[in-house]
Amino acid sequence: MNKQKALFAGVVVLVVAMVAALLVALVLLSIGASPLETYKTILTGPLSDLFGVTEVMVRAVPLMLVGLGIAISFRSGILNIGAEGQIQMGVIAATAVALALPGQPKAVLLPLALLAGALGGAIWGGIAGWLRARLQVNEILSTVMLNYIAAQIYTFLLRGPMLDPNELETGSGTPQSMRLPDAAFLDYLVPGTRLHTGLILALVAAVLVWVLLWKTTLGYRMRAAGAGAKAARYAGIPVERYLIIAMLLAGGFAGLAGAVEVTGVHHRAIEGISSGYGFAGIVVALFGGLHPGGIVPSAVFFGILLIGADMTQRTTAVPANMVLVLQGVIILSIVSAQSFLRNPYAQERLLRWLARFLPGASSEQKGGQP
Amino acid sequence: MTAVPEPISDLQLEGITKRCPGVLACDGISLQVRRGEVLALVGENGAGKTTLMNIIMGLYRPDSGSIRVNGEEVHFRAPGDAYARGIGMVHQHFMLVPNMTVAENLALGLKNLHHFLRLDLKGAAQKIREVSERYELPVNPDAYIWQLSVGEQQRVELVKTLCLGARLLILDEPTSALTPQETDDLIERLQRMASELAIIFISHKLNEVKALSDRVSILRHGAVVFNGQTANHEPAELAALMTGHEVTLPRNEGSGLQGEPLLTVKKLCVRGDRGNLALDGLDLELREGEVLGLAGVSGNGQRELADALAGLRPVESGEIRFNGRDLANRSPREIIDAGMGYVPEDRQTEGIVPSFSIKDNLILKDFAAKQFSRWSFLARKAIDRNAEVLKEQFDIRCPGTSTAAGSLSGGNIQKVILAREISRGPKALVAVYPTRGIDMGAQEFIHSQLLERRREGIGIVLISEELEEVMNLSDRIAVIYKGRILKVLPAVEATRERLGILMAGLVDPDPPPAADAPSIPAAGAAHE
Repeated sequence: MNKQKALFAGVVVLVVAMVAALLVALVLLSIGASPLETYKTILTGPLSDLFGVTEVMVRAVPLMLVGLGIAISFRSGILNIGAEGQIQMGVIAATAVALALPGQPKAVLLPLALLAGALGGAIWGGIAGWLRARLQVNEILSTVMLNYIAAQIYTFLLRGPMLDPNELETGSGTPQSMRLPDAAFLDYLVPGTRLHTGLILALVAAVLVWVLLWKTTLGYRMRAAGAGAKAARYAGIPVERYLIIAMLLAGGFAGLAGAVEVTGVHHRAIEGISSGYGFAGIVVALFGGLHPGGIVPSAVFFGILLIGADMTQRTTAVPANMVLVLQGVIILSIVSAQSFLRNPYAQERLLRWLARFLPGASSEQKGGQP
Repeated sequence: MTAVPEPISDLQLEGITKRCPGVLACDGISLQVRRGEVLALVGENGAGKTTLMNIIMGLYRPDSGSIRVNGEEVHFRAPGDAYARGIGMVHQHFMLVPNMTVAENLALGLKNLHHFLRLDLKGAAQKIREVSERYELPVNPDAYIWQLSVGEQQRVELVKTLCLGARLLILDEPTSALTPQETDDLIERLQRMASELAIIFISHKLNEVKALSDRVSILRHGAVVFNGQTANHEPAELAALMTGHEVTLPRNEGSGLQGEPLLTVKKLCVRGDRGNLALDGLDLELREGEVLGLAGVSGNGQRELADALAGLRPVESGEIRFNGRDLANRSPREIIDAGMGYVPEDRQTEGIVPSFSIKDNLILKDFAAKQFSRWSFLARKAIDRNAEVLKEQFDIRCPGTSTAAGSLSGGNIQKVILAREISRGPKALVAVYPTRGIDMGAQEFIHSQLLERRREGIGIVLISEELEEVMNLSDRIAVIYKGRILKVLPAVEATRERLGILMAGLVDPDPPPAADAPSIPAAGAAHE
């Protein structure tokens, strides 16, 4: 019975994926591009050489970290839309610490910078958690607003107090911070590429999040608070406290992602450093089933999409923004497939509709109903 | 709505079979209902009643078998098709929009009231008045749903279904949310309506079945195991057929060892959700080894009392002395640790985390206890073992303890909750509507569990609207009315009538001389 059910779910997901691909193909056709060519470039291009693969992983690292944080918050019943702002706060904190302690050895400075980034994000996320827990402020509202505030603070700091003095002198005025001291850099993992040890950090974090959520009593409490707040309260779990902890952790992971970007990739705070990872991270987390085991491959998949999109822009003249369309369609399809699999009536209707085209097949049973 | 060629006078099901993965939900079911009769369809949860009704309404299609209306075979594709032939259903959970009026709710379902850019609400109201007069179902078309009591909403559902043209009514456990008074009222109205309609009455409350129906069909494991005239069969006989074994709901035989006062509530004042004083100086005393029944029409402060006892609602004034400590305004955790067990009213959302597995739900209060965790890590082996033991001990019927608790039937969910609360070894247990909507088999089990705990010396507060339940299980019965205890009387002095008078807030007459324990007519009659 379970096998049958899993098979049915698999078929549904496959069909939905194909429908999604078809829809995007229509959009591609409408802008005069060849869908097959584009898909081929997106899916195979990035993986065709070492450079592509490492670049995919470079994108996957922040997506993974943000996605893990999102999973913690969503599982605990709080919808964190504020990773974007939390990343920026992480970047600021990590940069400030690294620049403030230039003479320190690597063993001290790098961990401090990463920790500072996590702390910056945690505080930013914690604000939304505290507002929700103590004042019942809707977290979607507060996290989105905190994103705006963070973006303005970030811009202000990069153009003012944290602006690289060299930029002032030479006069090009690019809003960016000073370059971090070398002691604050993450090491490169593959020589000659940009892939850095942040990947190992992200993978370790994935394991830790899994252990936290499913193996510890803290994770049990957080999941109970998220999946059944009322029952948790009746069982003596102070739900509000775990909302705050969840947001601290979620913000911490986003902030860490920011710190990893600045210490691993850019080596200074620049404008647009978060490049939408905060929002893409939500998609990664949901696509990965809010489970670390799903988030890791899902982050890699979205890394492929991002790099593939750059490539299509170069080779097939399809704008990279098309990937956003692709993302949107994928999310809508996955969400629809999930709710379809939860709804036996809808399944019955579909089977009936199919049965009209297959006379004699009405006696065949598909195992869809719970 | 399409005009009905002729009003439905006869519905016939023949050999209806429906396979759902893993189970045969309906196994060759044949039934017939005619106009002017009430067919009771009874069976335990999971016997296939709901699936069968969904088939009649066109939500599911049977794998084989036929449905005939007035002798003519029909194939319904959606509830609309069923309505077009005069079949309508009132669901257990009302399908009404709370912030709309009665007339607006009806207009939702009546297409011919929708004109271009205009909704004929007057027409809807007119129709409601006609139907409510004709069938003596008083309903105000302009009232908002949220203003109505549950009993009134039930009437709105009936009127709505009739307005939509249904002349065969399927009522899915219509009394499960009603107070005893509302239930009696509904049954009376249905009896009057029955002459012009055909009614399929789904229930597992056998006294209601007995009061209302002409014929009864019993479903077990998807098959009809019994068809008969209701008048010729005793409820106990039906109960045995329904569960497959003899059912005797256990009774409190008295003479327990009632010990020291365990829980003393003094002058308790608690505010309700709307800021009113829902508990207004309530006094209550529970002793070790006794079942204290709290009888009352719901909405008289039961919910607030239960919440306050669990630490989930702030106490304005007064004290809750439990085992020597004042627990008023303590956190739920402190109250749990003091030895208070709790079976909450809404088992789906308050009693369990539905998406959690059974074994995880069984440790919802004890995940941090020594036997289930080590250095903040969950001890999976101990948790699994605990679940297996409790599954056996409490007869939790499930495919495995990793199954999501929310997918179980109400009775089994309640067993999970009871298993958790009892295995913690509480000193007192507050049980709120512990058997509401639960089938006989599970009810029997839960009752005997409660009585067994009483014998072990646990004090139990039983909050219930079911007078039989209260009278069967309690040592003493407290009647709650408008936030106060109106009267506490020994269970042996309670009769249905006397409790009914007290629950209505009327001053208690002196105990009637004939109120000896063994002659209580209603207490056991329905089940013995």
